[in-house]
Amino acid sequence: MHGLSSRADIAEPFIRMRNVRKVYRTRGQDFLAVSDVTLDVGAGELVSLVGPSGCGKSTVLKILAGLHSHEGGEVVIGRAGYGPEAFEAGRDVGMVFQQPLLLKWRRVVDNVLLPAEILGLPMRAARERALDLLDMVGLAGFADKYPYELSGGMQQRAAIARAFIHDPKLVLMDEPFGALDALTREKMNLELLRIWQDSRKTIVFVTHGIQEAVFIATRVAVLTAGPARMADTFTVDLPYPRELGLKSTAAFGDYTRRIYDLLEM
Amino acid sequence: MGGVVRRMSETAAQRGTGNGDDRQSGGPWPLLRRWGPGIASHVALIVLWHLVVVLGEIPPFIMPTPWQTLQTLWQPDYQWPGHIAITAGEVFGGYLLAVTIGVGLAVAFTWSRPVERSAMPVLVTLNMIPKVAMAPLFIVWLGYGLFPNMVIAFTISFFPILLTTARGLREVEPELLDLVRALKGSRWQIFIKIQLPGALPYLFSGMKVATVLAVAGAIVGEFMGSSGGLGYLMQSRQGFLDTAGMFMAVILVSLIGVLMYGAVLLLERLVVVSDARVE
Repeated sequence: MHGLSSRADIAEPFIRMRNVRKVYRTRGQDFLAVSDVTLDVGAGELVSLVGPSGCGKSTVLKILAGLHSHEGGEVVIGRAGYGPEAFEAGRDVGMVFQQPLLLKWRRVVDNVLLPAEILGLPMRAARERALDLLDMVGLAGFADKYPYELSGGMQQRAAIARAFIHDPKLVLMDEPFGALDALTREKMNLELLRIWQDSRKTIVFVTHGIQEAVFIATRVAVLTAGPARMADTFTVDLPYPRELGLKSTAAFGDYTRRIYDLLEM
Repeated sequence: MGGVVRRMSETAAQRGTGNGDDRQSGGPWPLLRRWGPGIASHVALIVLWHLVVVLGEIPPFIMPTPWQTLQTLWQPDYQWPGHIAITAGEVFGGYLLAVTIGVGLAVAFTWSRPVERSAMPVLVTLNMIPKVAMAPLFIVWLGYGLFPNMVIAFTISFFPILLTTARGLREVEPELLDLVRALKGSRWQIFIKIQLPGALPYLFSGMKVATVLAVAGAIVGEFMGSSGGLGYLMQSRQGFLDTAGMFMAVILVSLIGVLMYGAVLLLERLVVVSDARVE
């Protein structure tokens, strides 16, 4: 059971973003993608970033991944409250995107191993871990298949295993289930919660699905359309493990209503 | 910790495993059904050729029968093996040069944008020149023989290889690059683990096109000036109205192309995962 009290985590956050701004420069024109994002994520939390398309959610994620610089504000990851080891950019980030992005010419297990190869980890141990991870995401027995032999949902499971192979402290997910059909998506939400509870990773999950955002997260950050501005952050006080029936409860409805209101829908 | 471990319920069976599901029945019949029509149409073409010549009473110096054509094969004065070796050598040499330089340039272009920006337009312009028109110049510059014909085969066949390979190296999903960069992966790792294997199917599609072109290039070179090869043989036999010999030479030239194409296809099957192939 994850009894994460959000206040305590915010006092000692794993990720600390303060008034972050991001400006893209294209052909001499400035485009303000993120105007003012302030967000704390506690260690072991699963935080949803929810907002309409083009609100800069992905930009926030890329800043966290170290792929983008940011103009104003501050971003600190893993300074306090996460054991003796410090957060190391690169080694400690796992990413999952909307598309599985598996390499067609590699077997599933070799796809999972890609980050381990890039980081130069000992391969024998990594291979063992890859098989364990495939088991964890429900792909035991599919290690030697090629991606085209897997359904979309299964490919995305492999992509999740790949994000965990190097045992990163932070996993960033950018609408990972956005390309899946509604039923598969709900199933994957449950799977993600199970994996998260097993692995105790810190996960930042970007989505435009309001129900999805509330259903999985310990905390939800709501962003409004471009430039991304933090409209609100709130704790989802619903117990884990969560079942799909939760979605029809009044408490769940209150949370989704709150997001709809913030997005003026 | 934990919770019930749920196993996936979607299965690969719903999607098929990609190949071979529609020919499960054993025996020679599926093979025959697959290849039979193609073989039959080839036989029909040869029969038609024979009938046209026989029924139309066409004289042999205009068009020989298939049998007359084939008979030239065992006449020693044609010296087939020697001519075949020369032409095959030119084709293969030019082709190998085209693959090496085509792939080499494509790789250089992906590593350096300025190099691509300056060299590519020049190459596109040069490619506009009909290569056949250059053949007489090559002979002036390089003389007669194997080497100039190899160069002609190379100039004709290298551009498609360069274009397809360069395109393949460029076709990388931007998010895949993000994934590697987030891990602080190097430019070299991106190249060797993602770009290069990803470009292989494109390289092969270029290589397939290039086989036919290389054969054409070598033959044009032999027409222009040479002392051996199947193209040379054709020209020398033209004077005697030895149409059967010329027919046989054409068939053998085509055969060289077919064998090259087949070899490339085989290599592709060995190297490229079936789903990744570009037709």
